[in-house]
Formats: sequence, structure tokens, C-alpha cells
Amino acid sequence: MRVIKSLQLAIVAIASICITLSASAQDNTLLGAGSTFVYPLFSKVFAEYGKTHDVKVNYQSIGSGGGILQLTNKTVDFGGSDAPLNTEQAKKIGVPVLHIPMASGAVVATYNVPGLTTGLDLTGPVLADIYLGKITTWNDAKIAALNKGTKLPDMPIVVIHRSDGSGTSYIWTDYLSKVSEEWAKKVGKAGAVNWPAGLGGKGNEGVAGLVKQTPGAIGYNELAYAIQNKMTYADIQNKAGKFITPTLASTTASSNVELPANAEVSLTNTDNPKGYPITSFTWALIYKEQKYSDRSAAKAKMLLDLMWYNIHGGQKNCEPLNYAPLSKSALKVAEKILKSATYDGKAIL
Amino acid sequence: MSLLNHPSDPKVKETATVNQNKAIMKQNGSESSIDKEQVTRMKNKRLDLSYSQLKWETIFRRLLMIMSIILLVLVVGILITLIWQSMPSIKALGIKFLWGKIWDPVQNIYGAYPFLIGTLLTSFTALIISIPFSYAVAIYLGEYNTKGWLSDLLKNTIELIAAVPSIIYGFWGLFVLVPIIRTFEAKIGVAPYGIGIFTSSLILAVMIIPYAASLGTSLIRMVPSPLKEGAYALGATRFEVIRSVILPFTRTGLFAGVLLSLGRALGETMAVTMLIGNTSAVANSLKAVFFGPGNTMASVIANEFTEADHTVYLSALIELGLVLFFVTVVINLIGKRIITKFTNN
Repeated sequence: MRVIKSLQLAIVAIASICITLSASAQDNTLLGAGSTFVYPLFSKVFAEYGKTHDVKVNYQSIGSGGGILQLTNKTVDFGGSDAPLNTEQAKKIGVPVLHIPMASGAVVATYNVPGLTTGLDLTGPVLADIYLGKITTWNDAKIAALNKGTKLPDMPIVVIHRSDGSGTSYIWTDYLSKVSEEWAKKVGKAGAVNWPAGLGGKGNEGVAGLVKQTPGAIGYNELAYAIQNKMTYADIQNKAGKFITPTLASTTASSNVELPANAEVSLTNTDNPKGYPITSFTWALIYKEQKYSDRSAAKAKMLLDLMWYNIHGGQKNCEPLNYAPLSKSALKVAEKILKSATYDGKAIL
Repeated sequence: MSLLNHPSDPKVKETATVNQNKAIMKQNGSESSIDKEQVTRMKNKRLDLSYSQLKWETIFRRLLMIMSIILLVLVVGILITLIWQSMPSIKALGIKFLWGKIWDPVQNIYGAYPFLIGTLLTSFTALIISIPFSYAVAIYLGEYNTKGWLSDLLKNTIELIAAVPSIIYGFWGLFVLVPIIRTFEAKIGVAPYGIGIFTSSLILAVMIIPYAASLGTSLIRMVPSPLKEGAYALGATRFEVIRSVILPFTRTGLFAGVLLSLGRALGETMAVTMLIGNTSAVANSLKAVFFGPGNTMASVIANEFTEADHTVYLSALIELGLVLFFVTVVINLIGKRIITKFTNN
């Protein structure tokens, strides 16, 4: 009996601890979940914000899809996503969700061609043909025509793609769908597609590992990852016909165009002649009407203040972490979107 | 089967009988204490003890039973959840999910065939590669070198193989094994990817050796020495003793070890995901099937589950889990049949 009693005591103690913890968690803690891509930036920005404000932010990098699901279930205050809500997700949530651009990122074509360390030029249609399995060797006439003066080896192209569902694949396939009708018809755009050719690697590191190891390989990685791991990547021709080297500046430039008011826009194949064509925003997702469940007005204000800081003061953390900061036009749109958030029908900011 | 259908009924009965027993014990206890008081307490200490012992026996038995039933409920629960969650996909795709060759999340077409083949191919190839090693190790450690530091070292090392996390195997495979295989593939004239079904089978083979090997070692050590001595007395050589006494005696157990390895191979995810190439296209030539990239059910689930962004997609992945569940069950049942057949002979 003594054992049972002490067990009971223990259970009561644990339960009370849980209750007090969750009660304290509601006071000054904001919960977020989603994109792994934006996680390093978020953790840095939130840590800095926490130094000057009495706010703790707990962001779980579980993937964009998971973040959207958690937001739908109202278990988090905000989600992080590399792709806007799709129609089914929007239908499930049922109420308007604001997409606030936080930063932008680029996806680069990484390659491993022996003897070719820099300066490979590619166009969108050629990339699409490579990924469709139509161009199979490096000295194909189409690639050679873009790289006059470069000696390309007679080597089979090994196409590498992501095997896991990811925002990176979404941006990549979104771009290929825009520049190649055949790709749009046959494959389409999504975080995971039915790849017509090649090998799959799990995660950025899986793709990078395969590209680095396999002579003749081509793959795609986030720009930040490619920079950190000193990979070679190709210049891509943009809509204006210029070959653009992917950098943070050319990534930011790609979003410096006329943007729709809700910022739910794909930046790939940008109109900006200085912009790198395979880029995307990463968004924070919040409910437009912040009065749901039993949220207090103070909490809604706290969340909006945090988001406001993210797009202003927080932006200085982008470049050291290899994220492209928001462009002027993106910032303007983001400010407007934040101001449109309401609590019980009244504007918060 | 009645347990499967009504998991709650037996429990209710259990508690009822426990209460009855308690009541009876209390009655007995109180009666004896009223009758003789102190005398009884002094003389029948042993009797009291046996009552509490009896009570403890019952509690212990019930405890064991409840634990086992919990496990049963758990497995049935998993099955029900899998079926329940895969309903949207079953409704949308029907039975042709099993032999559909296309896995296209954009068009919402899902077929498990490439992954089913991939899973079976990698597991059985791995098993065939691993059996000679695990049997050799089992015989060597069980019969030739049963004591001493070398034997201990070998046995511990082999058990360590099972303890290494599978992601370590994945990385080792990716950085060490893959370049070797790539050179090999270039020599035999297949596309030199380095990763693919063959590579993952090799890694799987290494990973599953300990299961059959350590079970086999223990079993071979347990062969009664009179049997072996009898054979030696008849003039048999060591090899003959192994072949005609030890192996027939331990056949069932050795096979059970193999079955255990197979179970591990079927479900192994991480290392395979890193090495198999993850493509859902079905290869057209035998060479390409074996050396080319493929995919297994477990690795598709691991890869795509977190970002499966619409209902049917998610549900199709869960249905893959259900198929994997059934494949494992069927293979285990066949294995059990084979074991009973051997044992009867």
C-alpha cells in the first residue's frame, strides 16, 4: 500500500508540475513550428529579440507541412513554410491566413564535372531537359552551345534529386514547370514529385553527398548550404536573358519586383533583370483574425510585434547566415500584410 | 480469436475473480483471528505467510497476463489505426494500389509495386549474403572456439554490430562502400551510380548478421555433449559431427535466427534510405533492377511522411505501412510453418 500511496503522490506531483509549467508557458511564450530552412535564422532572431523583450519563442523545425498542420490544429501561434498553402490546406484551415515574407532563399544547381570548377552556364529549358532525362551527357550540343570555350567531357549526367518531400524541391520543380511546358505537363510542381530520372538523396546533405561523390553528377541545393559546403554551382539564365550567378544580392533582387498584396507569390523566373531565377520567399503564417480559441489581445499583440521585428530589426541577421534579406518592395508588402491582422475585427498594429 | 474481438471482456472477468479471491482471503483471515487470537498468531505464522504468498502468487500471475494482453492490444491497435488511417487512400485507389507502378504525388496516383519489389529484393538478397557468415560464425563460436579471450572478443564484436545505430551504417556505406561499388559497377558495365539495391543489400547483410549468429552460437553450445560424444565414439570426424549431429539438432533454432534477421531487414529504414537511390521508377532489365537505384516501403514512408501535404497522399503512405505490416506477418507465418514442419520431422 505504501508503494501505491507514494506512486499516487508522485503522479499528483508530476501533474501539478505539468499544470504550472503549461500555465507559465501561456504567459510570455510564443510557439511556432514549420520550415527547417528558416530555422537557423529564426533561432538567431528570436534569441536577440528575447534579450530586449520579455518574450520566449519556441520554434520547432519539423518541416513546412508539419508547421501548416500544427497551425491548422491551432497548437502553435505561427507556422513557418517555404511554400504558400495549397488549396486543400487552405480549405482545411477555412479562415484567412496571412503569409508574411521573412527572408528569401535561392536554390542552386550544384554539379561535379571533373575539370570544371567554375563558370558552367545553364538555362531553364536545358535544366528541365536534364531532369527529364532527355539530355544525358555533359557534351550534349545544347550544353555546349551555352558554354563556348569550355571543354565539356563525354560523360553521362547523373541526375540527383531530393528523395524527401521538401520546400527546396518545391522551388526547383516550380521553376522547371515555368520554363518547360513538358515538365509542367509530365511532372508538375510539388514538394515531392514522380522524378522521371535520377537518384534521390535524403535531405540537403544527401544530395550534396551524392553530387560530391559521383563524377558527372548534377543536383540542387539551397544556396546557403552550397556556400557553406563550398560546392560548385552553375549560373542560370534569367527571364531577361542574362546569366546570373546565385548570390544573396541577386536573390534579394529577384523579389524586388511588383508583388501582389498577399505576398503569396512564386518568385521563380523573376522579371528583374538582376535577379537570380530560382528563388523563393520563406513565409511565416499567422491567422488574419487573431481572436481564436481563448487567445488574449496581449498575446496577439506580442506575436505581431515579433513579426514586425523579424521583417525590420531581425533582417540584419540574414546575410551572416546566408539568407537573402527582404527587398524594398517585399518589405513594403510585408508591412501592409502585418497591418491587416486583426483582433476581434480591430487592427492590432 | 475471442481475445482479438473483445479485448475488454477477459479483463472484466480478471478483476472480478481477483476481488472474489481477496474477499475469500479476508474472510478466512478474520475468522481465524477471532477464534484463537494470540495462539494462532504464534503457531500459524507459517499459515499467514502462505496466505500472503498465495495472494502474491495470484497478483503476479495476473500481472504477467495483463502485460501480455497489453502487448496484444497494442499490436491490434496498430493494425486498426493503420487500416483506419489508410481508408481515404483505399477508397480512392482500391486494390490496384498493390500493383500500381506509378507513384506520383502531383497527380495523386499511388502504386506500391516498385516499393514492394524493392523491399523484398533488398531483404532477401541481404539474407542470402548474410547466411553463410552468420552460420559460419555460429558454428565457429559454438563448436570450435567456445572459450577464451578470442571467443569472447568475437562474440562481443558481433553483438556490437547489432548495437551500432543504422545511420552510422548509412554514412559508412555512403562514404566507404559506395565508391568501391562504383568502381566495381564500372568494370561490369552497368551504370556506375554506386548506390542502389545491391549496395543497400550489402549494408543490410552486415546489419542482420548478429541476429542469426548470436542465436545460432547459443543454440550450438546447448547441443548435449552425450550426442556429440556418441558420434565421436563411432569414429566421426569433427566436420561429420557438425553436419550430422549439431546442424540437424539445431536446425529449427538456426532457421528462427534467420527469420529474425529477415524481420530486421524488412523494416530497416535509415541506412537503406541513404543508399538505395530512392527512385520509384521500375527498372526494365535484370541488371538494372539489381544494381540500379530502387526504393523500399520503409524508406518512402521515412522520406515523404513529414511533407505529405494532402489527405490521399498521407493516407497512401500509411497504406504502405499497412502493406509492410502484412508482408512481415505473412513472412513470419510462413517461417513458423517451416519451423513446425522441421520440428515434427
